Amino acid sequence: MGVNFDPLYIFELLPRIIRYIPITLLMAVLAMILAIAVGLMIALARNSKNRLLSAGAAVYISFFRAIPMLVQLFLIYYGLPQLFPVFTKMDAVTAAIIGFGFKQAAFLAEIFRAAFHSVDKGQMEASLTVGMTKVQAYRRIILPQAARNALPGTGNIFISLIKETSLAFTLGVVEIFAEAKMQAAESFRFFEAYLAVALIYWLLIIVYSYLQQKLENVLDRPYRS
Amino acid sequence: MIKVTNLRKRFGDLVVLNGIDFEVKDGEVLTIIGPSGSGKSTLIRCLNFLERPDAGVIEIGGVRVDAEKCTNRDIRRLRLQTAMVFQNYNLFRNKTALQNVTEALVVVKKMPKKEAEELGMELLRQVGLEDKRDNYPATLSGGQQQRVSIARALALRPHAILLDEPTSSLDPELVSEVLQTIKKLAEMDTTMIIVTHEMDFARDVSDHVIFMADGNIVEQGPPSEVLDHPRHERTKQFLRSFHANRKR
Repeated sequence: MGVNFDPLYIFELLPRIIRYIPITLLMAVLAMILAIAVGLMIALARNSKNRLLSAGAAVYISFFRAIPMLVQLFLIYYGLPQLFPVFTKMDAVTAAIIGFGFKQAAFLAEIFRAAFHSVDKGQMEASLTVGMTKVQAYRRIILPQAARNALPGTGNIFISLIKETSLAFTLGVVEIFAEAKMQAAESFRFFEAYLAVALIYWLLIIVYSYLQQKLENVLDRPYRS
Repeated sequence: MIKVTNLRKRFGDLVVLNGIDFEVKDGEVLTIIGPSGSGKSTLIRCLNFLERPDAGVIEIGGVRVDAEKCTNRDIRRLRLQTAMVFQNYNLFRNKTALQNVTEALVVVKKMPKKEAEELGMELLRQVGLEDKRDNYPATLSGGQQQRVSIARALALRPHAILLDEPTSSLDPELVSEVLQTIKKLAEMDTTMIIVTHEMDFARDVSDHVIFMADGNIVEQGPPSEVLDHPRHERTKQFLRSFHANRKR
């Protein structure tokens, strides 16, 4: 008797699982946008001279970095409706996006904060001396330079996000991992099914890493001597 | 005209500016010299509130600001009267040479982009860098960066230009191109305040020299007096050590 492994079954499964890539990417991309928006606000609040804002941001970062993703998803999807009935209308995909986004915002806030700090102080001084307001200086001079510093770290967060979307199956969302799981349960070919989905994650990350490298090259252009 | 009255600044217990008074007439060049730690950089940085003075009145081109009672709007109005050239150039690193010059014209003065670019090119020509318009700062030499920063300062047509040790970060062979550029401005009657260690240059371009030590103005007057016939022992000592260093 040979090894119980059917490589052809993997090829049979791939197209079925690939059909669910859009929902995986939708969650990852929307959660990322949410995380960037919230993370930026938290980073600015953390850097603010206002003690209350800064302390609030510190508590946010501490809390969301500490609790496991799964606990947070359950808290949002199963817990919140108990307190606020409006949340019963929230679908699982939305809950997942909010959960992923708010958690990664905490990690991004730290990356953004370091990125802002790494921009030379003289850039703000020069902006002020030519008459810009602080807001103009941030938008046109500081933020673009910080963005380039933050890109590698931010990219890692996005890679984490793509992988974390697999947890959404616990809320009943059918994405690539959930589909692989169901196929495995039907065929009892667990190894093939999970290997197939693993390969798809790998492929997604390879494609994303390639795109990020391209973007880094573009953003680096002004700084190459 | 620039008029500074009783300017005071301390960092904790350290008194950095101990009641500074001076005036600069339109078209004049004032040079501030003195040992490091004498407060000269703090003084020039107080004039545009990069350092906030504790007390004193600063009047530049008709804008008068009392440090003890001023709003953010007052500070911005005062800043618009001057432009600054920094020791480390501080060009916007994410902008090309031309964009560095036009940035404030477009963003602050709301000038149409085309017009700003024409003026920007004219200024780059003036500092001899029109062929570097699309270069980013990282690809320019220190001297070239400083000349772009002078063009950036000129773009705003400020009442006066503040230069904080404009050649101190430069390799020796690049110093003269920047000094030449500044000298050209002086000949065009640009009002300037310059903090520098270049004594020959100071003698050459200044109408007025201030020697500072320990937060006070020790001596001031035309360069022929302060630099060549100083009256105070502290000034003599500083200039002596300076000449001694140079001979070494």
